[in-house]
Amino acid sequence: MTGLAHERAQRLGEVILALDGVSLSFGGVKALSDVSFDVREHEVRAIIGPNGAGKSSMLNVINGVYHPQEGTIRYLGREYHDMDPHEVAVSGISRTFQNLALFKGMSVLDNIMSGRNLKMHSNILLQALRIGPALREEIAQREVVEGIIDFLEIQAYRKTPVGQLPYGLQKRVDLARALAMEPRILLLDEPMAGMNMEEKQDMCRFILDVNDEFGTTIVLIEHDMSVVMDISDRVLVLDYGKKIGDGTPDEVRANQAVIEAYLGVSH
Amino acid sequence: MSKHWPVLTLGAVLLAGLVLPLATGASPPGFYVEVLLGGLMAGVLYSLVALGFALIFKASGVFNFAQGSMVLFAALAVARLAEQMPLWLAILLATVIMFGLAWLIERLVLRPLVNQEGVALLMATLGVTYFLDGFGQTLWGSDIYKIDLGIPKEPVMILDSVFQGGILVNKEDFVAAFIAAMLVAGLVLFFQKTATGRALRAVADDHQAAQSIGIPLNRIWVIVWSVAGFVALVAGVIWGSQLGVQFSLSQVALKALPVVILGGFTSIAGAIVGGLIIGVGEKMAEVFLGPILVKAFDLAGGGIENWFAYVLALLFLLVRPEGLFGEKNIDRV
Repeated sequence: MTGLAHERAQRLGEVILALDGVSLSFGGVKALSDVSFDVREHEVRAIIGPNGAGKSSMLNVINGVYHPQEGTIRYLGREYHDMDPHEVAVSGISRTFQNLALFKGMSVLDNIMSGRNLKMHSNILLQALRIGPALREEIAQREVVEGIIDFLEIQAYRKTPVGQLPYGLQKRVDLARALAMEPRILLLDEPMAGMNMEEKQDMCRFILDVNDEFGTTIVLIEHDMSVVMDISDRVLVLDYGKKIGDGTPDEVRANQAVIEAYLGVSH
Repeated sequence: MSKHWPVLTLGAVLLAGLVLPLATGASPPGFYVEVLLGGLMAGVLYSLVALGFALIFKASGVFNFAQGSMVLFAALAVARLAEQMPLWLAILLATVIMFGLAWLIERLVLRPLVNQEGVALLMATLGVTYFLDGFGQTLWGSDIYKIDLGIPKEPVMILDSVFQGGILVNKEDFVAAFIAAMLVAGLVLFFQKTATGRALRAVADDHQAAQSIGIPLNRIWVIVWSVAGFVALVAGVIWGSQLGVQFSLSQVALKALPVVILGGFTSIAGAIVGGLIIGVGEKMAEVFLGPILVKAFDLAGGGIENWFAYVLALLFLLVRPEGLFGEKNIDRV
């Protein structure tokens, strides 16, 4: 084990999220069957698999958009049958989207500020008039957001309507909005999809920085295997809704079932 | 530039229609201003109802056919309650009722239909329309009722030193326009400056993303429908005090439909400007275009006011389907 990898392995904490025997179907179509895996605190956990393997479904089970028919989800010591999107957000899980789901009509700043919504409590009348405690609150929240803007190097685009930005930058705003929630667990749905090599490298750097500096646990779905292998601690491999591999990048790379799923095999 | 010519042509024709009566001397200036003001006043009320449409469409993508019925329902509630108690208390109570109604609609109609096709939701609001029309009359009665705001209705003569014969205006109209303007300003502040407003805009843009940052969709919908209910109440009270509270209110309110087509479904500014254009346009058409048409085609009468708004909306649909301020919809195929 190299020094760096050793250091990274050291910082991993307890299991904070564990899915046990989760099955999800839509009508007759099984999206996930009997999948179990866990996520440890401060970990970069990847979920990979070919198209239609059930990666996004898995993410949507975790953040409460889909409700699995079977299985349990243990999160922060409590056991759930399914999750509720609002509770999930309140309890510190945020996410980004594969096909950008930004608020197109709003500026970059407003998009990111919307991630602080749960933290704003002042009286709505005072907010409208921007006076007293509401003004102080808005300024305090704005400071946090400015920190994130600096962190992701999007200072130049604060006031730009988000729809006008190039794709790579929009992805970054998506990440910024999720970070604004100061999540414990950050779910990233194909953060590098559709990016060129340079943008991919930038995004990798940001993901690792978030993990290092804020200690945020990261669950990441990715199509591109090479990228994942470089930045993840452990990798879960899905194929047709079933778990076919789980372990360190090296273990997964050597796994025969994974190789077959990715490269195909002649029968 | 060339692809803008249909819009420009329509704009030019409308502008010419607006200016010609005065320019050709067909109308004395005083009378012209009077018609213009009358149109603006009516337009403000159209704007109010259209605002209700736009709010709900913006936040939930639902075309709320029931907006007109909400106006009638609110006006009936105020009118009947005011028979038992002071007007301010009746308005307060009716507001609470409209909020309750919003909560019920979210619970019983919207929540079960979440993530369904837009058409299903439209049909559902159509159902709400008939229910509210019927239930409102069962609850409050089906006669014509009065709402007395305590503002003198007699027209007063102003500016008689500037225009020959002066201008007849209605004080109540001015109060109505003022209230509507305040309401609009309040809504704009609410939408642009508050965290809740930001949440509303977020929901409007993307349901799923809004959910992911912890915005509770259900609560947002209750808020939006409550605000729309309150806007309907204000429109209902003002309209009711001028026309009397009766079933036709919900029909008049349907004029908001061309207004939102004109202004753009998702735009608050569009609802306001659209309302004013329709209000002024139909009054102008009735007064100045009507007699010309009657003479030219030997018609029985004018009545342009009743259909002008719809024809204008149709023209806009042809040349600028997204409306004046609406977002242009570009779908990836």
